[in-house]
Amino acid sequence: MSSLDELEQQALQAVADSADAAALDEVRVRYLGKKGLLTQQLKQLGALPAEERPAAGQEINRIKQQVQAAIESRGETLQKAALDAQLASETIDVTLPGRGQSQGGLHPVTLTLRRIEELFRPLGFTVEEGPEIEDDHHNFGALNIPDHHPARAMHDTFYFDAHTLLRTHTSPVQVRVMEERQPPLRIIAPGRVYRCDSDLTHTPMFHQVEGLLVDEHVSFANLKGLIDEFLRAFFERDDLAVRFRPSYFPFTEPSAEVDIQCVMCSGDGCRVCSQSGWLEVLGCGMVHPKVFEQVDIDNERYTGFAFGMGVERLAMLRYGVNDLRLFFENDLAFLEQFN
Amino acid sequence: MKFSEKWLREWVDPPVSTEELVEQLTMAGLEVDSVEPAAAGLEALLVGEVLSVDKHPDADKLRVCQVSIGDDNPLQIVCGAPNVEAGGKYPLAPVGARLSPDIRIKKSKLRGVESHGMLCSATELGLGDDQSGLMNLPADAPAGQSIQALLGLDDTVIEIDLTPNRGDCLGIEGIAREVGTLLRTPVNAIEINPVGHSVDDILDIDVQAPQACPQYLGRVIRGIDVSAATPLWMQERLRRSGLRSLGIVVDITNYVMLELGQPMHAFDLARLASGIQVRFAREGEQLTLLDEREITLDTETLVIADHEKALAIAGVMGGIDSGIQDDTRDVFLECAFFPPQIIAGRARTYGMHTDSAYRFERGVDPDLQLRAVERATTLLLENAGGQAGPVTAVSHVEHLPQSVPITLRSGRIQKVLGMSPGAEEVTDILTRLGMSLEAQGDDWQVRSPTYRFDIELEADLIEEIGRVYGYNRLPSVILQGALDVQPLVESENSIDDVCNALASRGYQEAVTYSFVDPAQQARINPAMTPVPLANPISSEMAEMRTSLWTGLLNAVQYNLNRQKTRLRFFEHGLRFYSDGGAIRQDTMVAGVVTGTRWPEHWDSKAGPVDFYDLKSDVDALLALTGDAGAFAFVAAGHPALHPGQSARIQRGEDLVGWIGRVHPQLASQLDLSADSFVFELEFAAIQAGRLAAFRSISRFPSIRRDLAVVVDETLGVAELQAGIEAAAGELLQELLIFDVYRGKGIETGRKSIAFGLILQDYSRTLTEKDIEAVVAQVTDQLGEKFGATLRD
Repeated sequence: MSSLDELEQQALQAVADSADAAALDEVRVRYLGKKGLLTQQLKQLGALPAEERPAAGQEINRIKQQVQAAIESRGETLQKAALDAQLASETIDVTLPGRGQSQGGLHPVTLTLRRIEELFRPLGFTVEEGPEIEDDHHNFGALNIPDHHPARAMHDTFYFDAHTLLRTHTSPVQVRVMEERQPPLRIIAPGRVYRCDSDLTHTPMFHQVEGLLVDEHVSFANLKGLIDEFLRAFFERDDLAVRFRPSYFPFTEPSAEVDIQCVMCSGDGCRVCSQSGWLEVLGCGMVHPKVFEQVDIDNERYTGFAFGMGVERLAMLRYGVNDLRLFFENDLAFLEQFN
Repeated sequence: MKFSEKWLREWVDPPVSTEELVEQLTMAGLEVDSVEPAAAGLEALLVGEVLSVDKHPDADKLRVCQVSIGDDNPLQIVCGAPNVEAGGKYPLAPVGARLSPDIRIKKSKLRGVESHGMLCSATELGLGDDQSGLMNLPADAPAGQSIQALLGLDDTVIEIDLTPNRGDCLGIEGIAREVGTLLRTPVNAIEINPVGHSVDDILDIDVQAPQACPQYLGRVIRGIDVSAATPLWMQERLRRSGLRSLGIVVDITNYVMLELGQPMHAFDLARLASGIQVRFAREGEQLTLLDEREITLDTETLVIADHEKALAIAGVMGGIDSGIQDDTRDVFLECAFFPPQIIAGRARTYGMHTDSAYRFERGVDPDLQLRAVERATTLLLENAGGQAGPVTAVSHVEHLPQSVPITLRSGRIQKVLGMSPGAEEVTDILTRLGMSLEAQGDDWQVRSPTYRFDIELEADLIEEIGRVYGYNRLPSVILQGALDVQPLVESENSIDDVCNALASRGYQEAVTYSFVDPAQQARINPAMTPVPLANPISSEMAEMRTSLWTGLLNAVQYNLNRQKTRLRFFEHGLRFYSDGGAIRQDTMVAGVVTGTRWPEHWDSKAGPVDFYDLKSDVDALLALTGDAGAFAFVAAGHPALHPGQSARIQRGEDLVGWIGRVHPQLASQLDLSADSFVFELEFAAIQAGRLAAFRSISRFPSIRRDLAVVVDETLGVAELQAGIEAAAGELLQELLIFDVYRGKGIETGRKSIAFGLILQDYSRTLTEKDIEAVVAQVTDQLGEKFGATLRD
């Protein structure tokens, strides 16, 4: 039986030596095919004495199975190697840039406006708009700023004719809303405003957000509460110091200007806050009785507060922009910083 | 209002530092703008007494002086000032002193003569603008005394930015009252005594417009010496308040204005023709003002006149002809009350801004005039001599502001402030503010003093209570409210949706000015009537934009100049135009693209953008409506656009926008080096969307058939598409255009369009027969309607 042993060794060696699927198949045909060497061994069983046949047959079948298993295993190995080779050949440089349209983005003023809106909307404030070319009644008269009031001179107004102008603030929107609706009212009014002034710290156009809340039990304490919380949320600083300074706006009383602790130096004093440690960010107050009178809202039953803030100012503080004029130059190098 | 802290402290001297004082003022609504030393760097300067003046041996204009600084060793100083005299006293900067960071006095030789210091002019000390010679110091100034001590320069200049309602604080007296209230410190009001008359002269005063001038006081003062020097302390106070010394008479009227808040005017009596009239200007009346400007007055301007002509604009500025001059001997002092609404806006009408108008516009205490006259008279007599006549007063009490009692309810304080400091504190605060109170149960009747003319309403009192109590002591309380569910319209597109869509398609948002250059606008959008500004800030920003393209194309040009060649900008905002006289303001969305279609890439070469790139972006916006089929692009010409590459965007028959390539001529006028494509859409046209509505999905396979048809070049593909859709009927699920071909195999003037028809039925699998029937129907109809032939 030593020739059978030899045959087994040869076959297994041939399987192991086959380098690819074709070679392996040749091995299979040579040993296991119809005319294969092991098949022939089976066919020659008849030549053996009858008592030896069962043992010899068993042995040949064992070798066949052995070789068959080896072929299958080798086949799998070869297949895997071939796949590996193919995959290896398909390797790309994953660090090269991708393909497709560039990413655009929103202007920092829009980002800031949206942030303000997103903070007020959940509190039940709706976003209202008004015309930018306004009449002097809505921009001034209805806001308790009669003709020749010194506050008018402070507004540096752009005029079209004696009574038509570019709104100098977003406050006319509160008048328009109060003309249309009765309290309770909760609105904010974002938009462009215009003043005839241009230098390092003023542009003839800028953005404001006006807010108005009118209801039966609204006090200055509530105004403080809302503004405190809003500013802390806007700047994401829970410990932000906020202070209210008495001021004067013809359409609110009491009126206040609101300062926050300088977000650049945390109140230590720096160039941005002129060493004061404080930054003025907002004006506000309780709606003036004369404004309610103009729009037929009952002064005894209702109280309300209004506030207004400069959007570019807030954007500058939030993003650290150091020059107001950049907002309107539309330099891509500036705009892309906010994408 | 700018003032010397020392001056204020003469009136009221709370035991607090400058810093604390300033903080208190700011936190009470008198916002302090700046706090600066009265003079800087003058610590080393001394009073120098010139003992002798000798000629310089080698220079005509120089003198060699021996100057004493109070000891036995006079200094030799070479001086070029024309007014140096023996016996004179002048500021001396000794060797080692610094006049400014870059001027340090050194021992030097001037043309061979040693000089041990420098005698100074007011300009050199930063104390004035008199450059004509050395600054004269008073004869009694002790030689060697420090200039700082002599002039009281260890002082601070405080500037407060007063709100328009606080006209009462436009004088030291008012600020002192405020400080006294805030810091509970008594105010030492200056004593003002009536000056008896020593001459009987009066000038007749005829107030013809009593409602515009309810109170006019005048006084003749004879025989004054207008050449008398203004005392140094007064000059210094004026200087620290930002006023120049202009001679004794004007200095005194200015000083009283700063001190009490009452503007005054002095006329040269000799230059007045008989009596004074207070009246409105006559049509075409002329006046030459103190600043030598000649103006024509309008009839709304109140003037002070004599019997011949207007002398001054009441409460604003005097005229040059009747002003104090070097030869003036007798003066007529004027002190009046003009209601704010009479003076408001007058100065601006004539392009002026004066301290007097500033005060009258904001309001002056109607009870102040007599005190001011007496104060000015006293100062004038003390410093310039002269003899006063009696005060003539013309008062129309009925036109003076009346103090009306205001009801203040404690409940209202609580309602407005959200708390009440309590009856005791309310009473205390208002009393300290000079109000008189009469308690009525929980409420009060309050009368404000005449100088608090801004207090008219209960709300004004509540503000005062909050202000003096301290805003920062008031509570901060989150408002509790009903949990109202807000309406939320799902089908409506917001401007944010539109911006997001564009940003995600590679557009950068720009914000450009709403006013533009009229010349540019005329080139870009000549068809619309623009709205011009009456007072533009510049000629390049003189008209409101009728289209957002002007700003966007300028943004493109700005960036092209900065080596950015691939640009995609959008903007949203109003455009303005005149529609038969009515101003229309519509929200628009506009975009511009230039450069390559895609960012430069290592693998694929991107060609330049074209019309169809932009069109797909517009399509994306139209798709927001859920009804893009309602819109059509119709070839049409626009002055800003290439005539062969522009279209109106229509919804039905309504024009809602434009799209196209910027006209090459316009591009070159605007310095745009590359082809740009623009669109503009009315936001209203895409605002209304459609709520998604489910349709069932076919479970049977779809089949595609391709069809290439040849048609005339001039035929728009949209028409063919409509034809196919009509002919194919309900089985057509989708219609693709996958090729447009011209050239070999197609006759000139014709083009081949290849369509892909995707057919599907909801109830069965389509058979070859079904499909052939549809294709036959389509080809027949296209042939009939458009002369289309099948391409071989």
